[in-house]
Amino acid sequence: MSEEKQEFVDLTIEEGETYETLLTEKYKNRKKYEQTDADHIYSIIPGTVTKFFVKEGEMVKAGSPILILEAMKMENIIKMPFDGKIKKILVSDGVRIHKGSLMVELEK
Amino acid sequence: MALEKEISSLREKKAILQKGGGEAAIEKQIAMGKQPARERIAALLDKDSFCEYDLFVKHEVHDFGMASKELPGDGVVTGTGTINGKPVCIYAQDFTVMGGSLGLMHARKITKIMDHALKMQMPCIGINDSGGARIQEGVGALAGYGEIFYRNTMASGVIPQISVILGPCAGGAVYSPALTDFVFVVENISKMFITGPAVIETVLGEKISQEDLGGARVHAEITGNAHIYSMSEKECFEQIRALLSYLPSNNTQKADVSTATEPVYKGNMEDFIPENPKQPYDVREIIKAITDGSEFFEIQELFARNIVIGFGRINGESVGFVANQPLYLAGVLDCDSADKAARFIRFCDAFNIPIVTLEDMPGYLPGVDQEHAGVIRHGAKVLYAYSEATVPKITIILRKAYGGGYIAMNSRHLGADFVFAWPCAEIAVMGPDGAANVIFSKEIKAAEDQNAMRKEKIQEYKDKFANPYVAAARGFIDAVIEPSQTRALLIHTLGISKDKTEFRPAKKHGLPPF
Repeated sequence: MSEEKQEFVDLTIEEGETYETLLTEKYKNRKKYEQTDADHIYSIIPGTVTKFFVKEGEMVKAGSPILILEAMKMENIIKMPFDGKIKKILVSDGVRIHKGSLMVELEK
Repeated sequence: MALEKEISSLREKKAILQKGGGEAAIEKQIAMGKQPARERIAALLDKDSFCEYDLFVKHEVHDFGMASKELPGDGVVTGTGTINGKPVCIYAQDFTVMGGSLGLMHARKITKIMDHALKMQMPCIGINDSGGARIQEGVGALAGYGEIFYRNTMASGVIPQISVILGPCAGGAVYSPALTDFVFVVENISKMFITGPAVIETVLGEKISQEDLGGARVHAEITGNAHIYSMSEKECFEQIRALLSYLPSNNTQKADVSTATEPVYKGNMEDFIPENPKQPYDVREIIKAITDGSEFFEIQELFARNIVIGFGRINGESVGFVANQPLYLAGVLDCDSADKAARFIRFCDAFNIPIVTLEDMPGYLPGVDQEHAGVIRHGAKVLYAYSEATVPKITIILRKAYGGGYIAMNSRHLGADFVFAWPCAEIAVMGPDGAANVIFSKEIKAAEDQNAMRKEKIQEYKDKFANPYVAAARGFIDAVIEPSQTRALLIHTLGISKDKTEFRPAKKHGLPPF
C-alpha cells in the first residue's frame, strides 16, 4: 500500500509527556469541541424551517415556540430557552439548512 | 447408453442456469470491473475443488409480474470446496441475476450452506454482491435476511466466518458481514451503507458519492467495518487464502502448525528503539524480527493505526499479535484502537490462537471528543477481552507502560501467563514529569529556583521509578530480558503453554461493554 506523505508532529499525552508521532486521518479530521452559547440557537438536525412564530426585536417568554424545523418528516418545535428578546433571525422560510446552522440569536 | 437423453437434457439445463443472468448481464458485470460469481469462487478455491448445490432452486413469488420471471439459481451460487486443501462452505451472490437481489429462496440457499458449515465445522465464506432486498418479495426478503443474521450469530466463535464485499451491500444486507469475523473489501468495487447517498440527499440535503460514503477505503480507514483492504479481486482472494492459513477450521481445533523458519531479520532487536524515549518507531518491524520468515499478516492496517493487530507464526505455531504503535498517535489507546484490539483478542481466544502483546504506550488519548465518544466503555473492552481470554497470553513490555495502559495491555493482574520487559521499559503510574509535579509539588514550590528543583525531582523520579525493576521486585513481571532473547523466550513459553487449561465460572454469557 502506498504511504501518504508522512508528517511527524508533537503530541502531548499528559503534562511533560510530548511525543513525536504521526496523526491518523480520523484524528486530523476530528471536530474540536466548542462551548455552546446559550444566546445562539443552532439546528440540531439538518432540515427545513417551515414556520416562524416570532419577529426580530420581539420579547418572548421562556417555553414559547420560536420556529418549526421540519426534519426527517417530523416537525420540531424550537422553543425559547429563557425570557428574552429575539435579536436576529438568520434563516428564512423553506430553505434547507445543515446541522449546526445558527438559526436565531437571542438577548437576555 | 440407456440414459443418454436424460443426461444430455441435464447438461443443457445446467448450462443455461450456470450462465446466470446471461451474456449481456455478464458483460455488464465485467465492464464494472467485477468477475461473475462462479469465476470468483473458482479463483478463490483450490483448483477444481468446487461443488455446487441448489442450482435448480426457484422462487415462488407471483405478484408484480414475478410469476413468469426465471431467476437462475435465484441469484446466488452456493457450495463447498477447499482452500489450502481444507474444506470450506461458500456462497456468492450473482449480480447478473436481478441485481443479486435477495428473496426468500436466495436466502434459504445461503442459510442451508451456513447450516452445513456449522454442522461440518468448517469456515464459511460469503461473497456479497447484491442490490439488496428483492422488493417484490416483500416481507419474505426480510425473513431471509433475519434467518442469515441468526445463523451468523449461532456460528460466531464456532467456525471462522468471512465476508467478501465485491459489489454493493446496502441496507439490512450489511448486517451479515458486520456479524462475521473478517470483512474483505476491494477498492472501487465494495460499497457498504445502511442508507445510500440518494436517501441522505432527499432527507437531509447532504450530497455525497457512494465511494465517499461507504467505499472500500472509508470502511478500511474510517469506520473500521472492513478488516482487509485490497486493490483487486485477485489480491483479495490471495489475502483470504493467506488469512485462512493462520486459522483452525473450528473452535475445537488449533491452527495447523507449519514448518518453523527463522526470521529474515538478522540485526539487533535493540536497534529498533530510538535513544530518545519520546521518538517513534514502527512496531511492525519488531514483530517481523520475531516471526517465522519475518511474515506478518496485518488486520485492519489502516483503521486505528495506533494499535497493530494481526497474525504471525512463531516456531511454526500461529500467534495473534497485539502491539501499541508509537508511529501513530504515540501508540495511545483511544475508542477505536480499544475496539479494534478487543475484538481481535476475543477472536484469538475463541479459536485457540495464543496472544502475544507488545507494549509501548504512554496512556489514553486526551480530548473532549474521546470522553464524549465513550472512551471509558470502549477502553473497558480491552480489559474485558484480556481478562476473559484463556489462551496462552504473553506480554513483552518494550518501552513505556504507564498508568491505566500498563494494566490494560495484558498485565499480570489481568491474567497474563508471562510478562517480560526489555531493560529500557518504564513501568510507572504516570510519566516522570507529571508524577514529579504531583509528588514533589511542595518541594518545588518552596524552592528558590523552581525550575531547577522541578528538573532535579523529575530526574529523581526517573531514576527511581521509570524502569522495569520496581515491577520486577513485586513479581509483576517475570523477567527483564535482553531484546535479542525475545524470540527464543517466546518459543519457549509458547511451547510450555501448549496444554494450558484455565477455567472460568459457569455463566450463560458475560456482559462485555459493547
